[in-house]
Amino acid sequence: MAHPEVVVVGAGVIGAACAEALTARGISVLVLDRGAPAAGTTAAGEGNVLVSDKEPGPELVLAQASRRRWPTLLAELRDELGPDAAEVEWDPKGGLVVATSPAAAQPLAGFAKAQRGAGVDARQITADEATEREAHLTKKIAAAVHYPEDAQLQPVLATATLLAAVRKRGGEVRGNTEALGVDRTVPGAVKALRTKHGSIPCGAVINACGPWSGAFSRAAGAPIDIQPRRGVVLVTAPLPPNTVRHKVYDADYVGAVASGDADLQTSTVVESTQAGTVLIGSSRQRVGFDDSLRVEVLRELARKAVNLFPFLADVQIMRSYGGFRPYAPDHLPVIGEDHRLSGLWHATGHEGAGIGLAAATGQLLAELFTDQAPHVDPAPFRVDRQP
Amino acid sequence: MHTTDIVVVGGGPAGVAAAKAAVANGASVTLIDSAPLLGGQYGRQSIDSAYVGIPGAQHLANTVVWAIEPGKRLHLRSGPLDAPGRAAAVLDAKILILATGAYDRAIPFPGWDLPGVYTAGAAQALAKSQRLAVGKRVLVAGTGPFLLPVAESLVDVGSQVLGVLEANSPTRWLRGAFAGRSKLPELTRYAAMLAKNRIPYRPMRTIIAAHGTERVTSATTAKLDRDWNIVPGSEQRVEVDAVCVGFGFVPQLDLAVAAGCRVRDGFVEVDHAQQTSVTGVFAAGEITGIGGADLAAAEGEIAGTVAAGGQVHSRRSVHKGRTFARALAKAHPVRPGWRTWLTPDTIICRCESVGYGALRRAVEQRQPADLRTLKLVSRVGLGRCQGRMCGRAVAELTGIPEAVRRPIAAPVRLGELAEEDPA
Repeated sequence: MAHPEVVVVGAGVIGAACAEALTARGISVLVLDRGAPAAGTTAAGEGNVLVSDKEPGPELVLAQASRRRWPTLLAELRDELGPDAAEVEWDPKGGLVVATSPAAAQPLAGFAKAQRGAGVDARQITADEATEREAHLTKKIAAAVHYPEDAQLQPVLATATLLAAVRKRGGEVRGNTEALGVDRTVPGAVKALRTKHGSIPCGAVINACGPWSGAFSRAAGAPIDIQPRRGVVLVTAPLPPNTVRHKVYDADYVGAVASGDADLQTSTVVESTQAGTVLIGSSRQRVGFDDSLRVEVLRELARKAVNLFPFLADVQIMRSYGGFRPYAPDHLPVIGEDHRLSGLWHATGHEGAGIGLAAATGQLLAELFTDQAPHVDPAPFRVDRQP
Repeated sequence: MHTTDIVVVGGGPAGVAAAKAAVANGASVTLIDSAPLLGGQYGRQSIDSAYVGIPGAQHLANTVVWAIEPGKRLHLRSGPLDAPGRAAAVLDAKILILATGAYDRAIPFPGWDLPGVYTAGAAQALAKSQRLAVGKRVLVAGTGPFLLPVAESLVDVGSQVLGVLEANSPTRWLRGAFAGRSKLPELTRYAAMLAKNRIPYRPMRTIIAAHGTERVTSATTAKLDRDWNIVPGSEQRVEVDAVCVGFGFVPQLDLAVAAGCRVRDGFVEVDHAQQTSVTGVFAAGEITGIGGADLAAAEGEIAGTVAAGGQVHSRRSVHKGRTFARALAKAHPVRPGWRTWLTPDTIICRCESVGYGALRRAVEQRQPADLRTLKLVSRVGLGRCQGRMCGRAVAELTGIPEAVRRPIAAPVRLGELAEEDPA
């Protein structure tokens, strides 16, 4: 290709969604990844497209927009690429949040009420109704909320689909190309991306490096504070279909997501995949990029999962996998052009919600890039926002 | 939690030799093995008095190491996986010797997922440890000298072995025979066994398909060229009720990788003293290179001696063994032509029922560039065996290198995990 207008650094779900939205607007794009596309944080995700875990505020607004956007986007991509190449295992299965102690019941009810005020479909249900939805659930149900909007997709398939569309529109996806920084024009705007294999002239660079975004922003001379936050998921041996039908959380999930503690936090998320395995997430721990196995983390996940679904005690764990979430200290993604360096854009900091937020993030970034009216208020996600 | 000087994982020839050498050099030694009796896969072939026990060492039988944490902290479970109440233990090793061995390499072919198709090692294990014959009329196929003891153990339990099909050419093996001079008596004995039982030994031929509905009832064999492409018109249909296939061995690297050991060309990298890239972690036997029991024991002895602070006096048997192993490997390669035996519906990943056609489609459509994404777009290697069975084949079919990383090295139940004590 001739010089691309935009180089997207990072071929995870966020980079892919940005590239998809830009190419849909006729902009030529090159997507780079230092490793294999979709192989970093994206490949370690559970595929959450959630509104249930978000309190009213800008992230919820983005999540709601993204939840609306995903099915539309997938339908468009199915038309463009064909049903096979656009299959992403989209499953609007709904979420079920369960408080297993009386102490957790009141906060959950309050949280759901506030969400309803912000337009979330959050239905307080009885213990019997919860058991009707999930037959194997613990009998210790103090409160339960059903979130029909929660959905799931398979993140690597979704990213591969977005990248297939980018390629089809003439864009290029290149792996094994590490970005080292940017070259600037005399007035101080981006004129090229520097890589291990030389400079690539371009009009703009998008930092979609996920947990490595902080490092890339420093290399580009416009630092933003994004840190890795480790997460681990357990995978069981396959179980009969529909053993677990929703995404099922214990009520302290909400607290762990919103917390910034470096120490280990876990809260249970139990869900099944189309292959019959059950995924048990997820831990949150700031340990840098240390990916060694910690039995303590697995134990906490196991304890809480068994508390939620007692039958799981006899189920075998086949594997565990982990990844690093891109954590921003104020828990909000960074989306938009850098105020210090013209031509450098960021789309990062989605922590554990990147899969769900990707569709709206790509759209918002492309709208800002092309001076279209943004479909959500971009101000809370600006690079120069005040924490 | 206990601290012990030296922990040896694996009770085959390498692990037993390591434990003995470490005890002889005055160390306190714990030997962990998943089987009830020492000897490993090798011990199963020849009930050997050398493997009854190791005086001075603590032997933890029926015990798996399901995880290793940084600092050589081992998490153990003892007892059968499906039984309730497996005992848990946590062990901090000052020095760790890994001797986890290898398992059979299987190659996919049409019908290999039918009941009645066994790996050579599984058929031998059933014959040796339970006196069970996998079938009455059995074909043995694959490559490597291991096929011969497998045929022998089948004969011992009353199977009619219809043939031993060696996909490579044994003349190349014999040309390199100076390297295996010490093995000649063994080969002569096997030749006599084949002759006595009228078992044809057919070079450059293999099983390219197994047929049957409920289970295997016949197999197609074919002559192969040097690259293992089928020689047209050479196909023969043979009625069988079982087939045994073995295409060499795959090292069991899970724990070495979990311990952080560097792996090169598919094996744990070790120095002249069997030390890995991780301080205080040694490796011996098949995980450092496929070489058979003698070499494994020689390596184990060095590892155990050095780990216990002793002096190694001779490395001759290791040199000799490695020369032999190199000749062996050179004579019994897996050639790329096996890929032409496949049809689009040949199952590649048995756990997840992924066929060859589906795998190719996933690769073309989704363009995965590493193993993690390959698995997630095709589902290969995501099932119960976690790619232990199909990993090599998938790597050769897709060109995406295999990467062993299974932090949970053996299945563990959630209930067990939940009660795991903070160490």
